[in-house]
Amino acid sequence: MTRLLQVRSLDKRFGGLHVTRNVSFSLAEGERLALIGPNGAGKTTLVNQISGVLRPDSGAIHLRGEDVTRQPQAGRVRAGLARTFQITTLAPHFPVQRQIELALFERERLTWRAWRGIDRYPALQAEAQELLARFGLRRHAATPTQDLAYGEQRLIEMALALALRPKVLLLDEPMAGVPKGDGARLLEALGALPRELGVLLVEHDMDLVFRFATRILVLAEGAMLADGTPEQIRRDPKVRAAYLGN
Amino acid sequence: MNTMTLLRARLEKAGDASAPRCAPPWRAPLATFAIGLAACTLLPEHAGLLTRVFIMAMFVLSLDLAVGVAGLATLGHAALFGVGAYAAGIFALKVMPDPLVGLAIGVAAGALLAFASGAFLLRYQGFTFLMLTVAVAQIVLSLAQKARDWTGGDDGLSGFSVSPLLGRFAFDLEGRVAALYALAVLVVAFYMLRRLVDSPFGLAVRGIHENRARMAALGTPVYARLLVLYTVAGAVAGAAGALSAQTTAVVGLDSLSFALSAEALVMLILGGAGRLAGALVGATVFTLLHHTAASINPYHWLSVVGILLMLVVLVPPAKVWPWLRSRLGAKA
Amino acid sequence: MSTLANILIDGVAYGMVLFVIAVGLSVTLGLMRFVNLSHGAFAMVGGYCAALLTREAQWSFWGAVPVAILATALLGAVLEVLVLRHLYRRKELDQVLFTIGLSFLLIAGTNALVGPQVQLIPLPPVLAGSVDLGFRTLPAQRLLVIGAGLAVAAAAAWTVTRTRFGVWLRAAVDHAGTASALGIPIRTVQCVSFAAGAALAGFGGILGAELMPLEPYYALKYLVLVLVVVAVGGMGSIAGSLAAAVLLGVIETASKYLASDWGNLFFFLAMAALLAWRPNGLLKR
Repeated sequence: MTRLLQVRSLDKRFGGLHVTRNVSFSLAEGERLALIGPNGAGKTTLVNQISGVLRPDSGAIHLRGEDVTRQPQAGRVRAGLARTFQITTLAPHFPVQRQIELALFERERLTWRAWRGIDRYPALQAEAQELLARFGLRRHAATPTQDLAYGEQRLIEMALALALRPKVLLLDEPMAGVPKGDGARLLEALGALPRELGVLLVEHDMDLVFRFATRILVLAEGAMLADGTPEQIRRDPKVRAAYLGN
Repeated sequence: MNTMTLLRARLEKAGDASAPRCAPPWRAPLATFAIGLAACTLLPEHAGLLTRVFIMAMFVLSLDLAVGVAGLATLGHAALFGVGAYAAGIFALKVMPDPLVGLAIGVAAGALLAFASGAFLLRYQGFTFLMLTVAVAQIVLSLAQKARDWTGGDDGLSGFSVSPLLGRFAFDLEGRVAALYALAVLVVAFYMLRRLVDSPFGLAVRGIHENRARMAALGTPVYARLLVLYTVAGAVAGAAGALSAQTTAVVGLDSLSFALSAEALVMLILGGAGRLAGALVGATVFTLLHHTAASINPYHWLSVVGILLMLVVLVPPAKVWPWLRSRLGAKA
Repeated sequence: MSTLANILIDGVAYGMVLFVIAVGLSVTLGLMRFVNLSHGAFAMVGGYCAALLTREAQWSFWGAVPVAILATALLGAVLEVLVLRHLYRRKELDQVLFTIGLSFLLIAGTNALVGPQVQLIPLPPVLAGSVDLGFRTLPAQRLLVIGAGLAVAAAAAWTVTRTRFGVWLRAAVDHAGTASALGIPIRTVQCVSFAAGAALAGFGGILGAELMPLEPYYALKYLVLVLVVVAVGGMGSIAGSLAAAVLLGVIETASKYLASDWGNLFFFLAMAALLAWRPNGLLKR
């Protein structure tokens, strides 16, 4: 199996706070890796370092064999990384279709083009509409993203990440803030993710984690506590003590 | 088989009714040209005022690009206007009086300053960025004051004139050629900017304005895109400055002043930022108002502007000009 | 050598005036995230009140100054409660434009009420002369300004670190939502801080009346300088404002003495350099 993502000895401090302690793990093609841990364990900070929002103090990050530790976000996206945000991060006034089209234009490296209008790229418009249809959002094509229901906005987060046709997908709490009932379409989407994609999922919802993940990483106080199959994690006494409780 | 394909086509079309569409880029500029031409023909005795309106409209258009489209709130935009003006004036004085070459020089000067200052400024955001734009503009102003051999210092630059446009149309004393020249340049610039804003580049820049973090996560080289946009804004501002120099045959330090930057911002907000057409409306309304109020005590004019500003914030123009907006551009 | 001493003294005095005016704006910006570009008008109002009370109403300097400061505080409080606090949630640009508009109105109003001429504040004899410090003689006015600036800095630091109000203020600056949830009376803190900032600005206007002449355009003319101090010092940082004000005051005075035909080039170069080096403020990383 190819190693899509390799994180080696990642370490970071915020002043006196040691937020990431010597974290190492790898993600293979087709793997569904869940990252869990109590609040404040440093999960989002870790995701931010992998996606390039934050710089680690030491350690290395390799994406499909390429060293991306020094690269800014744009470089990592080009190398095949995509992420969603825990707090919905969309262009609020953009119609939904335009937001998706923007992702497609970026993927095709067309955003340096300043003359031909965006309506003159029918192939990309069709792809955007197809993606919207896949997520059941076709009828909202012209609605500003901020006018959508929260659950639907979370769907767009995922649609945007998938629009980039990534090799590695980082999902930062995709179900965060979505009421139990509305999560069905999101769960569907998670289940329908491409087979070859390597997925790192940060989640608090344990049902989802144990259903979805092929492997689980447990983070506590910035350090890796355990790394194993769902069964191994479920039985690990350290994990139970630190997190799963009873 | 035929009925199926026909049905599918019709269904697809119906589905597309909800898809967002951009307005054709030539519509608003054409309307501007028509209105401007009508004004020049019907009010030939106000050619000077119309010229000023067209030049200000172009300057505020460039400001809208930076502030409204890209979200780069700046209070130093006059620097880009002023360098264009001085460059065109000095060029006419020392090299050659051809207006179109002078215009190109003004464009280049504005673009160059925007590129150089933008490379530094765009590393910062928000209030810090705003204050640094003020600093850059003040530094340019101080340098212009110091370099009196070139700029004339406090006395300003004068004594240059421009040769006939395209070799045939001499700038007449009534100012009609000047007005049409300014209008033509304005319309061309407006057209190019409309295409830019509705292009993939423009979409990306608007995306950066609305949510920088999202754009970075999509792989956009944010800094590079903003720098190019700022340079284009500088080019347009420089062109407006060059026009000002060529049509009035004088360039003063006020073309680099903080007051001009602030005034342009007021004009932009009056008309509504972000859709380009608002810049034209705001510039026109404000310049005409200022002209009619010019005879009044400057302090009274100041209170009028003050009240206007406070009103505009409390009742945004977006609600006052809706019909104008739906005419001149659909929501992207 | 004596030029250097003059530059330092005049520079520090100038810096102190800028600090006293700027500190209120810095706190308001840091506390309410409210960009108040009518802050310069408070300095103007304070100066004008003092000038009119001493000259027209024949009050003594020592009586007029506190009353002028109080009047400015009152004006600030009234404006904050009635008008400005409705803008706290608006975009930065909206706040900028509204408060510039307000400044315009205050400038026009000042001219309408009192006329466009420069207002002088006659100093009492004890302040008009010089003071012999042994190693140097200094104009008493400069000493007053420097002393007042240091006193304001000390009082502000004491209020912020040692009083309950100061605790409330710091909590509110750090996180208004949590502070309010903890029972801290946010509205009161905001109003009082705003009024105090306005009062200090008024005081600064009085102190600086010699260096920065009081005339109707004062409200905007020196606003840029005050904003520069706030930006360089860091929003919400009192110590930062002091450091930035003194540093920039000395640089500006030095450039006036030594390179006057360069205008404020060096002031803005220094400002750009300092901001680029420390974008969040001199004393913050």
